[in-house]
Amino acid sequence: MPVQYISGFTVVLEVLSRFWPVWIALVIVMGASYAYKKKLALYGQLFDSGVGVVGVGICLFWLFTAIFAATISPFDPLAQVPIMKDVLPGAIEPQSGLSYLFGGDKLARDVFSRMVFGSQIVLIIAPAATGFALMVGITLGLPAGYYGGKIDTVLSFLANLVLAFPVILLFYLLVTPGIMDTPIPYAMAGVFFLFPIIFFSVLFWTRYKNRPDRLYILLGITLIVGGWIYLGLVFDKDPLRIVHIDPNQLNIFVAVVFASSPGVFRIVRGLVMDIKTRDYVAAAQTRGESPWYIMLWEILPNARGPLIVDACLRIGYTTILLGTLGYFGLGLAPESPDWGTAIKDASRLLRSFVHPALPPTIALMSFVLGLNLLADSLREQSMKD
Amino acid sequence: MLSFVIRRLGTMALTMLCLTMVVFFLINLEPNLKKLAISQTEMHTSAEQLENWLVNHGYRQNFFVRYGQWLGVVPKQPVTDPATGKPAQRFSFCNDPVVPTFAGVLEGDFGCSTKFKASVASKLFPALGATGILMFWVLAVMVPISLLIGILAGMREGSRTDRVLSVASIASTATPEYVSGVIFTVIFASWLGLLNGSAASASQGITFYNFTLPVMTLAIYGIGYIARMTRASMVEVMTQQYIRTARLKGLSFGSVVIKHALRNALIAPFTVIMLQFPWLLTGVVIVEVMFRYQGFGYTLVEAAGNNDIDLLLGCSLVSVFIVLITQLISDVGYAFLNPRIRVQ
Repeated sequence: MPVQYISGFTVVLEVLSRFWPVWIALVIVMGASYAYKKKLALYGQLFDSGVGVVGVGICLFWLFTAIFAATISPFDPLAQVPIMKDVLPGAIEPQSGLSYLFGGDKLARDVFSRMVFGSQIVLIIAPAATGFALMVGITLGLPAGYYGGKIDTVLSFLANLVLAFPVILLFYLLVTPGIMDTPIPYAMAGVFFLFPIIFFSVLFWTRYKNRPDRLYILLGITLIVGGWIYLGLVFDKDPLRIVHIDPNQLNIFVAVVFASSPGVFRIVRGLVMDIKTRDYVAAAQTRGESPWYIMLWEILPNARGPLIVDACLRIGYTTILLGTLGYFGLGLAPESPDWGTAIKDASRLLRSFVHPALPPTIALMSFVLGLNLLADSLREQSMKD
Repeated sequence: MLSFVIRRLGTMALTMLCLTMVVFFLINLEPNLKKLAISQTEMHTSAEQLENWLVNHGYRQNFFVRYGQWLGVVPKQPVTDPATGKPAQRFSFCNDPVVPTFAGVLEGDFGCSTKFKASVASKLFPALGATGILMFWVLAVMVPISLLIGILAGMREGSRTDRVLSVASIASTATPEYVSGVIFTVIFASWLGLLNGSAASASQGITFYNFTLPVMTLAIYGIGYIARMTRASMVEVMTQQYIRTARLKGLSFGSVVIKHALRNALIAPFTVIMLQFPWLLTGVVIVEVMFRYQGFGYTLVEAAGNNDIDLLLGCSLVSVFIVLITQLISDVGYAFLNPRIRVQ
């Protein structure tokens, strides 16, 4: 029985209508942001430039796609329907009557659904890994820039060590199936995931040292929530079984954090060396504030502009890294719907079938482009002040 | 200047020592050795035989002894042939010594590739040559284009040309090699049929037909970044007093840009281009795998995939060396180009 097709125009309409929850959410969020942009500080200023609006729009589009993935995608990303092997875009799946909007891949899975579900993997790992890298980079970069001297020499040497590694080699060494049998990924996770807890504890301690009523509550929350997530992520021993991460994903996560935190470290160190010569830092020193108070409550808030811009660019770069991992088949499961793996699978068959390759490539490119545009317009807006 | 360079070279040597030790440690983890033993012996070998193979080939010696042997500060011992009890070559395919000798990296011996059954030097250097050709063409395409885009954009900040070129360069930095490679192959090889989607034949002879796609793919990611940096540098120079003076003296805009602005605006991009090499290295790996070009990146992937210890160490050494030497060149070159900078 030959497979039936719907026309190209219907495919476009169908794709647009499948994204309906995304359009609604986009309209609400963008409309609200635009209406209240005067009150939204830096985020509101983004809506003053065309580039900023496009950047925010693309990022939000993928965010909502990831959130509503189950509603948007017509098929299970892993389900195989043998008759649909390598079908062209618009082929109708006989049982459900729905069509494979972007065609089927060589294992007869729906390319459209895989692209939609792929966004989930990227949008969970990339921002989270960037967040951890920021925590590590800030916690180490502040003292290195502020104290200078031996601490700076040692930490900078270590950061340069990691930066001298070509990323791809680092991944080949750190993200192999063999390394899962050794304690190395867990040890690294144990060290990296400690940084946010240390960061927030010191943050609250320096501020509320003399106000025990606030201090104990904030410290308690930090330690309980942090410790809970820590147990779940590093030891997979979350008592409530909510926080859980696949050993594979933990390995990727750790490798990505490891690869990108030295970059954050260098930026923070440079910013701190610049800012510590300002008058308000001297004033705080004269008041007798502790060094960590000055670093966390005087210097860090004044370094936030460049750090936010860097974080945006870094999420994009992490997305590219995840794609690279998928492209080389490192870490992620071979049937995983993430964009990198999909590009790898499709690029080997480009001679015979083109359609499975295009959706994941365009998805990845557009998401990174959105983040880069966002970063660019954030930089421009913060330079205006 | 000389003492600065010497100090930097010292740090470089220390960094390379640390990094190779880390790589050495990671490659020699137990699961990786197991994998190597399995791939090097016949099918269905018992665990005992695997262990024997590892012991016989010297993989069970002390970690530091083996690292020292690789480095060339500890003599390499010949293995004992279990059948005759006499000293024998470790790997017959690359003339390993039968008497204890110092034969490590410091002596110029990179070891033995278990995957290709040949000495590392005989695999690695031809591959580096092939990648060198690729790199040459990439730089020949990337540098002029990106400088031109950057200068045109930065010449008049905020103009329409600037906006268009800036967005184009942002788009190009958002396109990693595995994305642009696929898109270019689809357009130029599958649809238009103008170019070859594989560079496998480039080892025999480079033609426009088989070499354009890899070069294009590799260049596009760097173009955006270098163009952005050039633009920023150009914008800064164009606001300087001496540019205004030159304009007020009545020089034409074109001659101010070419004679006064350009020379100062190109100092920063030089650094950026030099620091772009480590990124190109990752790109080379992706592009060579994608277009099946047998160069350094292809060798690295083969070595890593088959846990070929000596070859992978050789590759790491080369890539770390490239990263560090380009950093040094960029620092020294910056000091030469910009007389305001003095290195202590």
